[in-house]
Amino acid sequence: MNYEEKVTIQNETGLHARPAAQLVKEAGSFQSTIQLIKGTQEADAKSLLGVMSLSVGKGDELIIRADGEDATEAVQALQQLITTQLSD
Amino acid sequence: MTAEHYQGISAAPGLAIGHVVWWRKEKPEIDNSSISDPVAEVERLDEAVQVARQQIEHLRKTTVDRMGEEAAAIFDAHIAFLDDPAYIGEMKQRIQKHQKNASLTCNEVTTQMAEMLSSLPDEYMQARADDIRDVGNRILLLLAGITPFDPLSIQPDSIVVAPELAPSDTAQFPPGVVAMVTARGSKTAHAAIMARTLGIPAVLGLGEKIEEFIDGDTLVIDGDAGTVEKNPTPQKKIETCIVIKRHQQQREEALKKADMDAETADGKRMQVFANIGSPSDVDQAIANGAEGIGLFRTEFLYLENDNWPTEEEQTQAYSRVLKAFGDKPVVIRTLDIGGDKDLPYANLPTEENPFLGHRAIRYCLANPEIFKTQLKALLRSSIHGDLWIMLPMVENLSEIREAKALLAECRTELMQSNIPIADSIKVGIMVEVPAAAIYADVLAKEVDFMSIGTNDLTQYTLAADRGNEQVAHLYDAAHPAVLRLVKKTCDAAREAGIVAGMCGELAGDSQMTEILIGLGLDELSMSAGAIPEIKEKIRPLHSESAQKLAEEALRQESPEAVRQLVQSQLVK
Repeated sequence: MNYEEKVTIQNETGLHARPAAQLVKEAGSFQSTIQLIKGTQEADAKSLLGVMSLSVGKGDELIIRADGEDATEAVQALQQLITTQLSD
Repeated sequence: MTAEHYQGISAAPGLAIGHVVWWRKEKPEIDNSSISDPVAEVERLDEAVQVARQQIEHLRKTTVDRMGEEAAAIFDAHIAFLDDPAYIGEMKQRIQKHQKNASLTCNEVTTQMAEMLSSLPDEYMQARADDIRDVGNRILLLLAGITPFDPLSIQPDSIVVAPELAPSDTAQFPPGVVAMVTARGSKTAHAAIMARTLGIPAVLGLGEKIEEFIDGDTLVIDGDAGTVEKNPTPQKKIETCIVIKRHQQQREEALKKADMDAETADGKRMQVFANIGSPSDVDQAIANGAEGIGLFRTEFLYLENDNWPTEEEQTQAYSRVLKAFGDKPVVIRTLDIGGDKDLPYANLPTEENPFLGHRAIRYCLANPEIFKTQLKALLRSSIHGDLWIMLPMVENLSEIREAKALLAECRTELMQSNIPIADSIKVGIMVEVPAAAIYADVLAKEVDFMSIGTNDLTQYTLAADRGNEQVAHLYDAAHPAVLRLVKKTCDAAREAGIVAGMCGELAGDSQMTEILIGLGLDELSMSAGAIPEIKEKIRPLHSESAQKLAEEALRQESPEAVRQLVQSQLVK
């Protein structure tokens, strides 16, 4: 099963080490493979180095795409995390 | 074994006896051997990763306990690297594919990832390269069968010996460390400040002589005299233990009364505040009875970041401290970079004479955008407590006026966006340039308070670089010339009806407390650990005799004479 959503990064420092680690941890709790896509770049949401290599800053748009049984839940959970919970 | 004596620089007071533990930072060697069984090699890597994980989790937990959740958060990233398919996963694939041993592969992948991070446009990410190198190093050590130096393995009654110690080292000291000795450093080095915060004696600047100490040697450290004694006689050991015990009892007595106000026997109320370097120091300040914050250094926000800290980040940090202290004053010093404090992303030019150069308020006024971000964050946090803003390095009136004009500008801009700001915010200066003390009467009319920064005031007045071991002996804030400037500042403050405080190291020097009260200070701010003792010191004093002692001190011919005067007073 495939599912994707678009999200805009709200927190001041973007996906820096700490927020990125939070995101990777959350992604790791799902079975689906999850990709983060920024423009032409793509990264595995379960890889901290991958997420960091996207160098996501405030205001950037990301597509969260998941493939697997819990794809919908995974995308929604990450979207929720990015829009409301990430700490700076 | 005969006792041997060493003289260093007294950096943190107190007496200690214990065993030498060298603080080691190993670099692993990469072995080149080829492998025949990649499956076994992957297993070997897995085992190392598992142990690394345990070590990091343990480090994380102890850091949380000692310094709070925020300081420990970086270890989450370390653990996430270990879980990362692009890191450990990549190593495993390469071991299988290229039949290279785990150490070589780990080194290769770590280097590549560190290079990838360094190449990112974001300076913050670039600095994460150090984190992955740290993790890589840990795995390499484990693969090589070297137990990495584990600060937690330090036994009770240990004396840490090292060429020098960074704040990140001292932050990892377990409670068993009773003293520290280094080859380099001076009274005002960060390591010295940390030692005073931890409340352990420190003797620094011992030079190459530290090579004469080996693990397990017994040392007696006298932090007040700056001496180290190796292989003390049994008699000396017993005497030392008795004195330590007595000091401990006195400290416990003082700590019991830490929460009580400090008032002299004749009823003069002294405010005793804490100096802090980050919001995580707040708990310790309160536990030691701080009645406010006399100096909140904001540089940590800039130094721990790899880009200019945002208004939001700063507001959060300042608000946290203000909330913790409620209606008690919190003096926040605006950015003090330049001099010995460099900021990589600020691209500060190398100056021939940095201490006389473009630093602190000078830098801020020349970079109003950076300064305004901080001022706005201060204003926004002001609703959470009693904020006092302190400008560092001020030497003339127009600097104060310019800063106040910028502050007013920020206030207007924030009010236009309907952001609430406290009505009354005190603005004051740090008196640390001799000029400011000499004509403090002129500056006093423009500010709400003055706080004397004795570290810089002393080095500027005595023209002695506090970091230079060759002239460190000239550097003593008890010099009558420095005390006269303190007096001048206090007199000017009284005349203008404003508060005179002190936030330099001198404020926490218990030998000098009576003189400082006699000179007319209203507030003393120091490392949290010194507060209970200083409060206890204040209680039996009389303002009138303190004044007499201060006057006498001002007439002495040297700092040594001033200290002798205090000593003779104690005997009486």
